[in-house]
Amino acid sequence: MFPDLFKVRQVRRETDDTFTLELGPVNGRGPFTFAAGQFNMLYVRGIGEVPISISGDPGQPGSLVHTTRAVGAVTNAMRALKKGDMIGVRGPFGIGWPVQEAEGRDVVVVAGGIGLAPLRPAICQLLARRDRVGKLVLLYGTRTPADILFRKELEAWRARLDFEVYVTVDRATAGWHGNVGVVTKLIPKAPFDPGRTLAMVCGPEIMMRFTALELEKRGVARQRIYLSMERNMKCGIGLCGHCQFGPGFICKDGPVYRYDAVKGLVSLREV
Amino acid sequence: MHTLEPILAEHPFLKGLDPRHLDVLVGCASNVRFDEGAFVFRQGEEANTFYILREGKIAVEIFTPHRGAISIDTVGEGDVLGWSWLIPPYHWHFDARAVEPTRAIALDARCMRTKCESDHELGYELMKRFAQIIEQRLDATRWQLLDVYGVRS
Repeated sequence: MFPDLFKVRQVRRETDDTFTLELGPVNGRGPFTFAAGQFNMLYVRGIGEVPISISGDPGQPGSLVHTTRAVGAVTNAMRALKKGDMIGVRGPFGIGWPVQEAEGRDVVVVAGGIGLAPLRPAICQLLARRDRVGKLVLLYGTRTPADILFRKELEAWRARLDFEVYVTVDRATAGWHGNVGVVTKLIPKAPFDPGRTLAMVCGPEIMMRFTALELEKRGVARQRIYLSMERNMKCGIGLCGHCQFGPGFICKDGPVYRYDAVKGLVSLREV
Repeated sequence: MHTLEPILAEHPFLKGLDPRHLDVLVGCASNVRFDEGAFVFRQGEEANTFYILREGKIAVEIFTPHRGAISIDTVGEGDVLGWSWLIPPYHWHFDARAVEPTRAIALDARCMRTKCESDHELGYELMKRFAQIIEQRLDATRWQLLDVYGVRS
């Protein structure tokens, strides 16, 4: 599988160490269709290739958007890209969020840190078909107020009358008047009916583990809790084995899994 | 005449409490309000009240000379604020300040301590409920210390 070339339209700084890359197709390639929750392998020439979740709106396939943290050689090189630079894209890969299954249910989206990025496409889709879901709730936890991702969009979502958005930070700074504490603290009081709720969770594994336990405690059925797992994806098609997770491969069988299918794996020391 | 009994009975912290014990609590309870920015209590003061929160938001803060007041936790509707009243020498360890207009039921801790001493069943019941909250907050604090959203997590 060779990467398709895409042109950088914009590199937008989100927080101190995260950025959003907006790409457009070249060579007459058509719109890039994808499912919410899928990821691409992004290749920076001469440096390397990394898996990055798509953070754009599936309803706007003309623009391919990824949000990530600058943490290694490839992502630091990505952050340094300029408008008009080229980048290679392979994908989309994996199984995404169960947006169809959410219809007719309350939906609670629980995001931790950069985990909001892979959930953003699902939120865009749910908002686009807002009349088909019951209550829609976003619980977002992050490190500090300065680390809040998509801040303007969160403010716009919170201003809507049909979307309940709650944000909490682990460490407050002076001037922060919002919630302080871990994201699971928001679950017991969040306005959803657990008996008819579907949950989508993405963040560090330890956060997802505690979140799933708290959702279960609230009464959300295990089979209606979905988690997005992350490993070192390489080939994207389940051949190389880098992202093996139990008997399967995250790039092919995930990254989104039903909690009851991975419950035994998420608490193992090594998988 | 309206009493605080139905409000206390419905509050998540006290749900399921024996009506006999609820009556005792009502005898020590009063309605209170805090405007935005008002201190509920300050570090070092005597802990002679605890609060059953009905509406609003309270930040538990610590003051540091260089960084000012830093919020370390927030509690709101359905929560309970304060457990230093249970543990000698009964002094608050942090500040608590309303970040939104807040309504609560204040329970006179001196009254409660006396009642708990004379009725150990009530004391044990309250201790069990507070122990759960202390355990939840300890877990949350440990998790916060892990810095799970940091680069190395």
